[in-house]
Amino acid sequence: MSAPNEPEITPQVVADHGLTAGEYERIQELLGRAPNFTELGIFSVMWSEHCSYKSSRPHLKTLPIEGPRVIEGPGENAGVVDIGDGLAAVFKIESHNHPSFVEPHQGAATGVGGIMRDVFTMGARPIALLNSLRFGEPADARTRFLLNGVVEGIASYGNCTGVPTVGGEVYFDPCYNGNILVNAFCLGLVKTDKVFRARAGGVGNAVIYVGSKTGRDGIHGASLLASAEFDERTEEKRPTVQVGDPFTEKLLIEACLELMKKDWVIGVQDMGAAGLTSSSFEMAGREGTGIEMDLSKVPLRETGMTPYEILLSESQERMLFVVEKGHEEDAIEIFRKWDLDAAFIGHVTASPSVRILFEGREVVNLPVLPVVDGCLGLERPARRPVWLDHVKELDLAAVDEPAQGGAALKALLGSLNIASREWVYEQYDHMVRLNTLIMPGSDAAVLRVPDTNKALAIAVDCNSRYCQLDPYLGAQIAVSECARNIACSGGEPIGLTNCLNFGNPERPEIMWQFEQAVRGIGDACRFFDIPVVSGNVSLYNETKGEAIFPTPTVALVGLLEDRDWQTSQWFKNSGDEIGLLGETFPELGGSEYLSVLHKETRGSPPALDLNREKRLQALVRELIHGRHILSAHDCSEGGLAVALAESCISHPETPLGAEIGLFSPLRKDALLFGESQSRVVISYPREARDTIAARAGERKTPFTPLGSVGGEALAIAVNGEEYIREDVRTLNDLWRGSLGDYVRQTS
Amino acid sequence: MKCGVVVFPGSNCDHDCYHILKHILGLSTEWIWHKDDADLDRFDAVVLPGGFSFGDYLRPGAISRFSPVMKAVTRYANKGGHILGICNGFQILLEAGLLPGALLTNRSQKFICKPVATVVETTETPFTRSCKKNAVLKLPIAHKQGNYFADTETLQRMADNGQVLLRYADAAGQVTEAANPNGSVGNIAAVANERKNVMGMMPHPERAADPLWPNVDGQAIFQSLIESIAS
Amino acid sequence: MLAKIHVTFKNGVLDPQGKAVHHALNDLGFNEVRDVTLGKYLEIKLEGVSAEEAEHRVSDMCEKLLANTVIESYRYTLDPTD
Repeated sequence: MSAPNEPEITPQVVADHGLTAGEYERIQELLGRAPNFTELGIFSVMWSEHCSYKSSRPHLKTLPIEGPRVIEGPGENAGVVDIGDGLAAVFKIESHNHPSFVEPHQGAATGVGGIMRDVFTMGARPIALLNSLRFGEPADARTRFLLNGVVEGIASYGNCTGVPTVGGEVYFDPCYNGNILVNAFCLGLVKTDKVFRARAGGVGNAVIYVGSKTGRDGIHGASLLASAEFDERTEEKRPTVQVGDPFTEKLLIEACLELMKKDWVIGVQDMGAAGLTSSSFEMAGREGTGIEMDLSKVPLRETGMTPYEILLSESQERMLFVVEKGHEEDAIEIFRKWDLDAAFIGHVTASPSVRILFEGREVVNLPVLPVVDGCLGLERPARRPVWLDHVKELDLAAVDEPAQGGAALKALLGSLNIASREWVYEQYDHMVRLNTLIMPGSDAAVLRVPDTNKALAIAVDCNSRYCQLDPYLGAQIAVSECARNIACSGGEPIGLTNCLNFGNPERPEIMWQFEQAVRGIGDACRFFDIPVVSGNVSLYNETKGEAIFPTPTVALVGLLEDRDWQTSQWFKNSGDEIGLLGETFPELGGSEYLSVLHKETRGSPPALDLNREKRLQALVRELIHGRHILSAHDCSEGGLAVALAESCISHPETPLGAEIGLFSPLRKDALLFGESQSRVVISYPREARDTIAARAGERKTPFTPLGSVGGEALAIAVNGEEYIREDVRTLNDLWRGSLGDYVRQTS
Repeated sequence: MKCGVVVFPGSNCDHDCYHILKHILGLSTEWIWHKDDADLDRFDAVVLPGGFSFGDYLRPGAISRFSPVMKAVTRYANKGGHILGICNGFQILLEAGLLPGALLTNRSQKFICKPVATVVETTETPFTRSCKKNAVLKLPIAHKQGNYFADTETLQRMADNGQVLLRYADAAGQVTEAANPNGSVGNIAAVANERKNVMGMMPHPERAADPLWPNVDGQAIFQSLIESIAS
Repeated sequence: MLAKIHVTFKNGVLDPQGKAVHHALNDLGFNEVRDVTLGKYLEIKLEGVSAEEAEHRVSDMCEKLLANTVIESYRYTLDPTD
């Protein structure tokens, strides 16, 4: 059994497929024979790091995945969480880092396409996208090219499919020079009784291929590119990057959602990494069935394709459906209406194996379990990096404290990690479908849930500098800050999805970072009762031995039982009072201030007290729900001064000034630019002050009135002496303009 | 009053238009599939919504204008039926020759999604009759090809005949270069045909019409249409 | 027969992409560049038509679909050997 003219399997061929000699031996043991060339290709993709999670699996098992609202946790195409009213939120975040570095436009575009398919595969209509992007140092000529390409790719794909991109994050750091990160998140809505699963159930049922035709693009694309380090040869891998067709994706969404209304649809999975191979094996694997299919019936874009190529192609915009026997033509008819290809290519079998025919000949016959589950989890060694001892040291006495704070504030507001993301989100259609209540530019985006009074808040977060200095604490802060963003917008977190971006797991230091970060996410989620319902791991983000900072990106979905709770970060009216919830400590370690003004990444990240954080978030929600406060903005990069400035200038129409008086024994730069956790800047009508003070007292959270909204300037006095006074229009121009100015510079 | 919303493959503001017409304005509203070339006489107004019909491949609107429904749209236009093309709908009407001019890629070469101010140039059309002359409407734009172009003669003819309905302006209604988001000649944001029964506009009135958001300036366009049909 | 079709902006229509390429080339030291026009190039394979018919058909294709004659002009060649 094999396809004609297949190459002979030599140790070199095995190695070229990314399999170790040990793994090849195990394959032979599990099968009781040697695989043929096509079968080897199947094992190579299914056992790749990208598809098998062999390095990360033992750690991921420790994450809390259960909760009263959870309908589907990790293991399906996306997590599903009940939001009441018979509806569920479906969401996941996924990386497309390696392809985006090789070809930024198409890499990012297909990343968006892939994550959307993961969501509508569950039967959900996608309603919003977020993305988390990391680029190298701005001075590197390639950074501007990559930023432009990635943003255009996301825009071209998201805009065309009519799914709004409502927020995200963009950071720059030299650690991403050789490996950018493109993490895409999609949120969808589904009726709880209409959730679809990726299962091949019911012996005799039909297997239907739908969507674009299969070409030679992306063979070993996502799976292999994402399973090894970059080197000089990476450029040569460009042909393996897939090209996206958002128009077809849009038709596919409409056609699939139309088909999924039928009660004879059994299961569905998109063809992502490892294409037809992973979708068929995984669907059979989840149900304990088998599949028999004929590759001669697969719609092809190119001539002369071999079974190996058809099975491993990563052509985009394709899905595999299982429908009840007898409804093959009904299913195909729906796709025909939308001018999409669809073909009846096989059926579900009782024996748990996948049998593949091509031109009348059997070319593959493999038991399902060894392929989907046979790859052994790796207990990779982990070791704390010794250099951590060195970077943890921070002698504040050696850091000059500026006599006046205006210049530092302006430097921070104009720095690319803090400046407004307007240049980015103006390229995204963030309004289409009329659900976006709070548009990009606030702590979280808020979307209405159509036909209910509810809303969902979504945010994505990670400070990778903190994670580099302390991955356990950094990951806990990522969860806490993301949850704080949701709280500031009026929501209660109901589910988390994560995208764990790390270096080469074969290095013990990287595995240590990974293990610490996963533990940090798990501990924080357990503490806040937030289930982890989906996720993705991206390893080997490393070039020539230089790894990225550990970047465990988390995205949270929060529920607002009443959409009128929606709250944005900017000050609303002159005359309102401004206050701070939470407490400031002398912490400058890992801060943006140290990095921008003193060119240092060192020290310990700010401390985090989960109890204090939980009380703060409950308080913020309580104040919002009681309509006592008008704005809420969390203090993060750039500290209190930047949070105050952003509250003044992020108003979509007119910037407002503020008069602030602080009293504190701390050094002024720590007071204003330190990044102590669990702090929120609020504004409120004067008459609400006593209520806020009382509620804060009950929640044991410090509340300090700081001043009031109004005037032309942001003026901050410390202990009675003016420390900052800047025209808000100047701050506004600087903050809004600097990213666009950077991109428009010609190198 | 009965409205039709045309759905092309790749339309993506079709649901938004439907929502505003049906649920916010309470009008009887139906979908029209692009393969349907039946007469549109049963409608009082037909909307061609925004989106990326046929992926905007080749040029926005270039392929859609050959959809069967466009034969019916053309007949309907010739009979004096009210047609509103928004964004991609505007692009399709231009490609179909139902409106003068063409749309080029934005000056910045980028997709732009943001609210902009427009000033009402004439109230003597069925689409602007409820507005005050020189009123400022704040409407979101979301497009990559919205840079309006027509040759000098055509522009002159349009000006003489009152076919320019909206121009991009500053918050005070002044038509300035700084207020031009995409490079459109003369800051043109919306135009009508000679007979003024067909309007095309780049801004999205349906994105500023649901009172769940503070800005409902877009209702003025729909209200005008309702008044025109009622009279 | 192969029709090779070029579609470009008409004179007088702003071509910002061409301008951007022009600037980039000058930045790279190609100072002799005076003007850049950026357009589309299409190849269309034809079968069963004479050269004369093809001439007529391709011109029709350009007028109807491939170029928007409000802003674009087109030119083409027919290669009978392809």
